[in-house]
Order: sequence, then structure tokens, then C-alpha cells
Amino acid sequence: MVSDSFQSPYVPNTDADRRAMLDAIGVDSVDELFADVPDGYLNYDLDLPRGLDELELGRYAAELAATNCVPGEYACFLGAGSYRHHVPAVVRQIASRSEYMTAYTPYQPEVSQGTLQTAFEFQSMICQLTGMDVANLGMYDGSTSMAEAALMAARITRRERVAIVDSASPLYREVLDTYTQAPGLAVDTISASDTRIEDGTACVIVQQPNFFGYMEDLDRLSKLARESGALLIVSVDPVSLGMFKPPADYGADIVVGEGQALGVAPAFGGPYVGLFACKRAYVRQMPGRIVGRTVDTRGREAYVLTLQTREQHIRRERATSNICTAVALIALMSTVYAASFGRRGLRRIAELCYHKAHYAASLIEGIPGYSLPMRGTFFQEFVVECPLPPSEINERLLNLRIIGGLDVSGSVENGMLVCVTEMNSREEIESFAKALGEFGGGG
Amino acid sequence: MTTLFERNESERRLLLMDRSRPGRLGTTLPRLDVPESDLPDGSMLRDDLELPEVSEGEIVRYFSQISQLNFSIDHNFYPLGSCTMKYNPKLNDEIASLPGFSDIHPLQPEGTAQGAIKLLWELQEYLNEITGMAGCSLAPMAGADGELAGMLMARAYHLERGDDGRKNVLIPDSAHGTNPASAAMAGFEVVSLPSDSNGNTDLDALRDSVDDNLAGLMITLPSTLGLFDTNILDVTRIVRDAGGIVYGDGANLNAIVGRVKFGDLGFDVIHSNLHKTFTQPHGGGGPGAGPVIAGPRLVDYLPTPIAERGERDGGGDERFSLKRPPKTIGRMGAFHGNFGALARAWAYIRTLGREGIPQISEDAVINANYVLSQLRGFYDLPYDRSCMHEVVFSASSLRREHGARALDVAKRLIDYGIHPPTMYFPLIVDEALMIEPTETESKETLDFFIEVMKTIAKEAAEDPDLLHDAPHNTPNTRLDEARAARRPDLRWRRGSE
Repeated sequence: MVSDSFQSPYVPNTDADRRAMLDAIGVDSVDELFADVPDGYLNYDLDLPRGLDELELGRYAAELAATNCVPGEYACFLGAGSYRHHVPAVVRQIASRSEYMTAYTPYQPEVSQGTLQTAFEFQSMICQLTGMDVANLGMYDGSTSMAEAALMAARITRRERVAIVDSASPLYREVLDTYTQAPGLAVDTISASDTRIEDGTACVIVQQPNFFGYMEDLDRLSKLARESGALLIVSVDPVSLGMFKPPADYGADIVVGEGQALGVAPAFGGPYVGLFACKRAYVRQMPGRIVGRTVDTRGREAYVLTLQTREQHIRRERATSNICTAVALIALMSTVYAASFGRRGLRRIAELCYHKAHYAASLIEGIPGYSLPMRGTFFQEFVVECPLPPSEINERLLNLRIIGGLDVSGSVENGMLVCVTEMNSREEIESFAKALGEFGGGG
Repeated sequence: MTTLFERNESERRLLLMDRSRPGRLGTTLPRLDVPESDLPDGSMLRDDLELPEVSEGEIVRYFSQISQLNFSIDHNFYPLGSCTMKYNPKLNDEIASLPGFSDIHPLQPEGTAQGAIKLLWELQEYLNEITGMAGCSLAPMAGADGELAGMLMARAYHLERGDDGRKNVLIPDSAHGTNPASAAMAGFEVVSLPSDSNGNTDLDALRDSVDDNLAGLMITLPSTLGLFDTNILDVTRIVRDAGGIVYGDGANLNAIVGRVKFGDLGFDVIHSNLHKTFTQPHGGGGPGAGPVIAGPRLVDYLPTPIAERGERDGGGDERFSLKRPPKTIGRMGAFHGNFGALARAWAYIRTLGREGIPQISEDAVINANYVLSQLRGFYDLPYDRSCMHEVVFSASSLRREHGARALDVAKRLIDYGIHPPTMYFPLIVDEALMIEPTETESKETLDFFIEVMKTIAKEAAEDPDLLHDAPHNTPNTRLDEARAARRPDLRWRRGSE
């Protein structure tokens, strides 16, 4: 029997290699190389499980994964910032190419043109979707994009108040609170119908469609911001921009959003990509990586990281942000996704979500005991007022292999936020409505 | 006249919009299986959207062709100092892609995501154990995000004690730029701390800098010079005695993982870059993950959420849930961190286990010292002592004697198929070349690299223009970066070709 003593498959050094290198270095043992560690502080006490072989780990991981209820096997009506859409196979295939996946940040443009050119494609696509002049290569997620946009607006206007419309995601609002606590920016929660905002407000932030799925009146909010000298920041769902007018048409100054809906798996919350676009005048106040087109010494077009004097590795404590991530691989997925569907396909996906959500809403609205308390235009999400607490309904739905909508009873009494995309078949929608009828209608 | 060879070169670089032809489609369109509803008022809808119209085969060829313009870990030796460009195990990608992980929604009821939350809990436990700390939040989505979280925790700690005058954060002059940038975002004033002639923290300067305004210190261990600060115990004691928080930048954890614990040395809070030490692929700049890991003083302030293990009512099976720490600084992102990256790090730790983890640092340190020993005399060594996982050389003699800069050495390496080291960092080393081989490279690869570096030093003396004009064999020669910044051209526009 061959010995099964542990050998890492990721380390090529053999004991003979180590001996040869230690001799070349001129030390007897590896401990001499750690001689700078204070006496008594080399601590080999490591209470970790033993290493698993590939077979064992594959089984254990599969076992853990199998204890989760997986949308697809379950009908799922959750959205609220993470959306299920069909992802063409080509997206995963391209994004798993190791030329993209195992490269570093493109600091050396001569050997990074693949990453850089696809980044330029991403920036172009985000500009086209949002209607804005310029876009960066992505932030951590939609919520941090929104928070960074607020900080950017404060820098541009030199003002210290931020107004956010109360229909924005409460999760995003929490992240905004995290980012604004230290700079001491006051955050005012306003209603979309407010006619004035506090003096000295740097920006008005609105989510479109809002957290509950409905379209806000951007004309009004744009005017409200402009009259007070505040910037308008709009947080978007990029798939909705397949059919709805882009924020630029309403005078938005900064557009942010969660890019996950464009070809990225929900993956229990990440990694995603935060979209960030703005007017050209503000480009030097932007956070994050930006790629630009230039020429090489022989006059050929090529791409390079640019406007880096905004960034932490040059500007240090005076940088526009501490971020040095560009979620390039996720941005690539979104780029391939948008290229696959193209102009016509993205419109189609948006319309499918719209029609399916409206079909679901019409069925649910017809069930005694259920109603849609909000009025206006919605995209792919809507709030249902249920006759029972949504938590109880959701528990019973699980028995039918349905993951119900998000419990938003904190905002709307017995409210459930229902999301329907092209992933939800007619059969799923009808089973969901039927089950709601059985649980609620008449008791 | 453009030759067909030139056409081949330029046409493969055409942008998607310039390849677009009306009517082409890159995938099938899903069907509508429900009745149509009335669309909203036309004034809300757009008809101006421009996106590429290309077929699936064109998409695949385009992205495959330009991917080959990249260097990557799978194709090249990548000794990029401070970035820990080690091999990224394929098994980890497969595990993260299991539908039971990749398709689950972040807001599913906890009872329907027990496997995912258990994975998070296990990873927290492993990171606590490896670093010797008390508690961990996996929420930060990058190293810099972990820094921001940690410094906001330091701020909250001081404020809760009514200590609102503590504004100063000490940061060594060798630090990554993210440290001062994160401290500033957390509301602190940055005070730069010099290094001594051995590359350690200058203890006299440190003593002179601590007073009642001290909020804390951010320090990278080992330092960005690739050195283990032999003063570290004095450093943490002085800062803590003065009422400050000691923040540890775990960017260089690969040097000491499994051997030295931050908690033992007096650190209050650290972050770990899972895309460095724990092999999340770098992806061309992201995504990463930067869990923040705290000692007893700061553990209650961790960002939300934290995975916890409990028992079902009445005992029996374990049950996992996501909890909010009692004094949390809040939320770093909408959900629970970059789960895909966390799953990969988890798989890596489970594969190596208690035997394999210390092997990382052993071989990382041997490999770096081997490179140091073989290139001594060919390049300047500003701090000639045993290094940890990386070694910082200087090209200042080459520059003085032959006019070849660190940049030129770096670009010439590309011609030999090797990714350049980190250059001009740390800032305190003139013409710095920071080399981090990592433990996943073989002695044969290192020997080739050493030979190439020696050759380049010789070329610099004999024919410096060979270096100045490098790289010679890449699809693009050096770029006009000044023009890119002066005349920003940041997106495709119709007719801009």
C-alpha cells in the first residue's frame, strides 16, 4: 500500500527541493528563516480538521449544498435586490476561461488587453443602458455603489446632508448608514411626494423601480433636487432599462445599481457587481477603476487603467475612495450577457418579466382576502397584502416546494413582496396563486 | 495599403458595437407563456437602447481571442509582490458552482439555506483559529472593505467609551495606499510612521507619536518590505498602553499562516484577503473577499451578519442562523458577503487541513529566500536580511549605471513570458521590484526566473535600449498613459472609430 501521508497537491516542493534551496540560502532549517518571529510566538497549535481528499470534499460539499432548498427545484418568488434570470451557457463558459479568471488587476497593460478591452466594453454597455456619459469598472455591489455615490455627491457639492426616498431598499439604506457614519453626513428620509428638502442637501437618492417594484416619478424628484442645488442619484435594476427610459432622460447626475441581474447567479448574495455611471463633468470625482482607450508606441489602439490620480495607491488618504477592487470577472459576465441578448433580447426579457409579474398580480388580486395596496406602474415586483402574516404563509408554501415572496410586514401590514421573472413558468405562477387562495381566502 | 496581416490584427480588436449587424442574436429568446398585459404609458418607455447584435459564435470567438492577450496564473509565472498570485485550485471553482450554492437566493428563509450558513460558520471558525482571534464577519467584499469595517469598529469602540478625541491613526510609510484611504473614510487623521534602517517600525518615532489623540495603528505583518517586524511586540504594547487599537493588515498572511497568530501578538482586529492566502481567483481585479476578524475588545462591533450555530428547540440537530452582533457598525453590503469567494476559501482550507496550512508559509518563505539568495549581487537589496514570503530588490544601481529603471526590467520580463513583479512599491524603496514567488511554484520555475533576471541585468549593461523598448513580443507595445488621462476616452461611441 502506498503511504497516504498528507501531501498538498498545490505545492510542488519535495523534501529534496527544500534541502537544496535551504543549502543555497545558507541555512540549516526552515526555522532559521522564521528567526525574526519573537521567541515563543511560533504557534503550531492549529485546531483545524484534517485535510480531505478530493473525493471526500466533493461529497461533503455536495451534502451541504443538498441541504439548501434550491430555486429551480422550488418555485421561487424572491427578488428584493437579487434576481433570478436565465443565464445563457456562453456567459459561464467565457467567464470561466482562466485567461480572465486567473489574471490580476491589469496594471501591466501590454499583457492585460483581454481584461482591459472587455472592461471598456462593460463601461460602454453601462453607459448605453443608463444613458450616462461615463461608467467605471464596477463597485462591490449595488448597495456600496449607492453609498459611494452619496459620498461623491457630498464631495462635489461640498454639502453634508443626504436625502433618500423612503421607498429605497432597507438593506441599501443600512449600507448608506455604514458609509455616512464617519464622514458625519446627515441622512434624511424623504417621501417621494415631498415638495422640499433640507437646505444644504448634497443629493436626492431614489431607487427605480423602488424596493416595492413600483416606478417613481423621476421628473418630480429631478426637479426637487435641481431646485435645491442637489444632485440626483438613481439606483436602477439594469434589466428594467431594457424597456424603461433611462435615468439620464430625467436628468440624473449619478446612476448606480446592482449588476447581478445581468447574467450573474444569485449565489446567496455575492459576488455581484455594483454599477456606477455619471455625467462627464464628475468623472474625476468617481470612485473605482476606470479604463480608457489610448495608443501604444506604434500608434495602435489599446486600453489602459486611467485617471488613477483619484485612487488610493497614488492619493492615499486623499483618494476618492479606498476601493481597489474592480469586480472585473463579474463585469465580464454582465458584458457577455448583454451581448448575447443584445438590444432586442434585453427588451424581450424586460417585457417577459413585466407580463409575468402582471399576470401573477392579476391572479392574486382576484383571491378573496388578498389585495395590492400600492397603485402605479410596477415592473417585476409588487406588494401583496395578505390575510395572514407572510411568515406563516411562507412556511406553508415550502411544503408545496414554493419559496414565497419576501416578508415586508415592517412596511406594509401583512405585506409580501412578490417577484416574478421569466424564470417563473405559468404553472409555477398558477400554483402559487392557488396555494395563496387555499391558505388565506376565507380562512 | 493595409495588408491582410494588419487586418487580422486590427479586426480581432474590433469592439462589439462595431461588429454589430441589425437582426443578429446571440441566444434564444424565452417564450411568453402567460397572457400579455398592457404596457405602461409610452412616455415611460425607451426605443433608443443600443446594445450589440451579434451571433453566439461571434461572441465566443471574440471573447476567446482577446482573452489570449492576457497573462494569467494558469498560463504564466506571476511573481507580483503583495498580491500572492498562487495557483487557484479547480476543485474550488466546481464547489462554488454547485447549484445548491450558486442558485440560492440571499433572502431565503434560514431553514432553507442551512448548508450555506453552516459553510459560513465553519469558515468563520477556521479563520478565527488560523489568526488567533475571537470572532469574524465574512461580510466585507475586499481587503479594503475589511479595513474600512475594522476602522469603523475602532471608531465605534472609542466613541462608546466617550473617547471622542481619538482622531489619529498611525500608518507606517511602507503601507498599502488602502490603509490611509480606509482610515480617512472611517473619519480618522492619518499620521505617517517611519521605518528604521532595518525595515522595522521606528520605536522612538512611535513613542513620540502616541498621545491622548491616538485612535490606533494600522500595520501590515509581515511588512510590505517582506520583513517580519522584530519590534512587533513592542509596537502592539505601546499602542495598546496608550489606549489605541491595533489593526493588522492581513495582506501578507501567506507568510505566516499556520505558524504565527495575530491574536498572540496583541492585534485587536485584522482582515484577511481570501483572494490572496486562500486562493479565490483574482478575476482580472475582482471579486475578492476581505473578512474582518476581531479580538475580544472589538468582537461585538463586527459588521452584520455573523453565522451562528445553535440547537433546535428541544435539542437535537444543530441549527445555523445569521445574527446581528450586539454593537455592530452595520452592514457592509446588501447581503452576506461574496459567498462564491467564501465557498472557495472554505474548500481550500478543508483540502489542506491542519497538516497542509503550515506548509503554505513554509514553502512560500523558502521560495522567496531562495530567489533572494540567488539574485543578491545582481540587484540591490535595500534590506539584506532573511525575508518572509516576498523579497524587495531595487534597480537603483542599474538605473544609475545604465539608465535602466525598474519599469524597464519589469517590461523586459514580459518578453520571457513572466509577469512583472510589483514596481515602485513600497514607496520608501527607490526603484523597487517586489517579488513574491508563492509556494505553488516549483524550483525549476524559480531557477528559470533567476536565470532571466540575471540575463536582464546583463542586457541592461550591454544594450539598455533592449529594456527601454520592451516588451517586444506582445500584441501591444508600451502605451501612452499620459494621453489616456489627458483626453479620457472611456466608452464606445458611434463613429468614433
